[in-house]
Amino acid sequence: MERIPILRMGQFLLVTIQVDLYDQLAEDLESDLVNMVKKTTAKGVLIDVSSVSIIDSFMGRILGNIATMSKIMDADTVVVGMQPAVAITLVELGLPLKGVHTALNVERGMQLLESKILPGEENLEEDDDEFSYNPE
Amino acid sequence: MKNESIKIFQKKKGGILEKWMNLQMEEEGLREDLMTNEDLRVQSEELLNGVIDGLTDNNIENFESADFDNVYEILSSISVSRAKQGFSPRETGAYIFGLKEALLKTLSEEIKDAESLYIQSMIINKIMDNFSIMTFETFIKSREEVILRQTDEITEISTPVIRVWDGILALPIIGTLDSSRTQVVMENLLQEIVETGSSIAILDISGVPAVDSLVAQHLIKTVAATRLMGAECIISGIRPEIAQTVVHLGIDLSNIITKATLASALKTAFTILQLEVTKKQKLSTNK
Amino acid sequence: MMTNSPIILNKDSIIILREQDVVPFRARVKEYAVKIGMGLVNQTKLITGASELVRNMLKYGKGGVVKIEVISRGRDNGIRLIFIDKGPGIPDIDKAMTDGFTTGKSMGLGLPGTKRLMNEFAIESEVGKGTTVTVVKWKNG
Repeated sequence: MERIPILRMGQFLLVTIQVDLYDQLAEDLESDLVNMVKKTTAKGVLIDVSSVSIIDSFMGRILGNIATMSKIMDADTVVVGMQPAVAITLVELGLPLKGVHTALNVERGMQLLESKILPGEENLEEDDDEFSYNPE
Repeated sequence: MKNESIKIFQKKKGGILEKWMNLQMEEEGLREDLMTNEDLRVQSEELLNGVIDGLTDNNIENFESADFDNVYEILSSISVSRAKQGFSPRETGAYIFGLKEALLKTLSEEIKDAESLYIQSMIINKIMDNFSIMTFETFIKSREEVILRQTDEITEISTPVIRVWDGILALPIIGTLDSSRTQVVMENLLQEIVETGSSIAILDISGVPAVDSLVAQHLIKTVAATRLMGAECIISGIRPEIAQTVVHLGIDLSNIITKATLASALKTAFTILQLEVTKKQKLSTNK
Repeated sequence: MMTNSPIILNKDSIIILREQDVVPFRARVKEYAVKIGMGLVNQTKLITGASELVRNMLKYGKGGVVKIEVISRGRDNGIRLIFIDKGPGIPDIDKAMTDGFTTGKSMGLGLPGTKRLMNEFAIESEVGKGTTVTVVKWKNG
């Protein structure tokens, strides 16, 4: 049975999505991730979507779910590597990806996660790097 | 044959061409600089033959007949090529009307009966006018295509993405920000972000004349798309009038960083990136 | 909605019955879009919108058929997709067209968002009979 691999990178988990997520696969991913977060007490989850050429509302919901579930387990989620065409389309579609942070690539994503979990660090970055767009 | 004009035209083709050429030579608007008289004659002869050979009793009162497809092709190419060469619409129109005049003159010479002359002239008048209208339509269309192409070029040129610093991009937006322009801006900006790995984009709108709710929507969309790429946006160049309009329209820009000038936006960008600009200390070399 | 009728250059249709049909469907739409030279951003918008509509069809319409047409109007080429299902139908279309993701209610049909992605959008639905959604994306739309 196909399952999306989850890699551990220090205190973070990395998921690289390279296939189209259909129902069962998506559900499995959600539960696998949550379990892994618990097991490893990971502080952050990185979802690499650089190979994803279409993100529709279904996929968007999955990303939102993962972010919410992980947050409950005290881990932040960063979606990295979104393709420009996908970003433009998502904005037009009007998906509110609540609680999902974004970064240009895995490296930046890790920097972002690190800055979130280390307390007392001078961090002038606005906390409004969550993506939220509500069309009128 | 019901319409004697057709027979007359076929018989007097050569004479009609001469009449038409003479009319054109007398025209003040003869553009010998744009087209040689020889070329003009060739073009005229082709059109004349197309019209006269195409006319039959069945189609003489139906300018839309498929029999005239050949004529339309000739008229189209005349219209398009003249537009490209720089002929004015009047010059091209006068050209076609010249043919009508030549045809009508010929009729008046050949038809002796007044009523018959009148009827035939009206029929020819009508069909030639329609050919003229068709020529104008093509002319306008080809000019519109030129305008469209230029608009595209202007759009491309007027949305540059400037790498002002490592990791900082600046976009001075000049002119109105409509939805097609916004698409171009977004695509260029996001592409640059990927290529340069920039984390901050400054959108300067001091060159945008008016900001209404639609323009604000476009700006908000651009900011949102930039954030999805993991970068942040600062909007600068907000004139006092714009600030007023934004408030009056109830547009919510509260979660976007806005600055009055590009300079202060740049300063903010440096701060975000934890960069500092300091003056060099002059080493005093006094002994 | 659709003004003068466009010419149909090519016709195709795909039957959608199960979720596994979604991916090949998207690939087929992409094929046609690429064939007419549609740019990447427009392609993405077209396929994403089509994905929304096809998922609706599966979820609420019990599947159906999608017609893919390559059309041309004047000098423009485009792709027209017609989603036909014999599901329960939508009782209040106006409401469906304003019920966006942002209401946070049940998923909503994502119709307003999909409409924004397309150049032309038309929907017909009759309760008990089914729903037909027609969308057009022009190459340079």
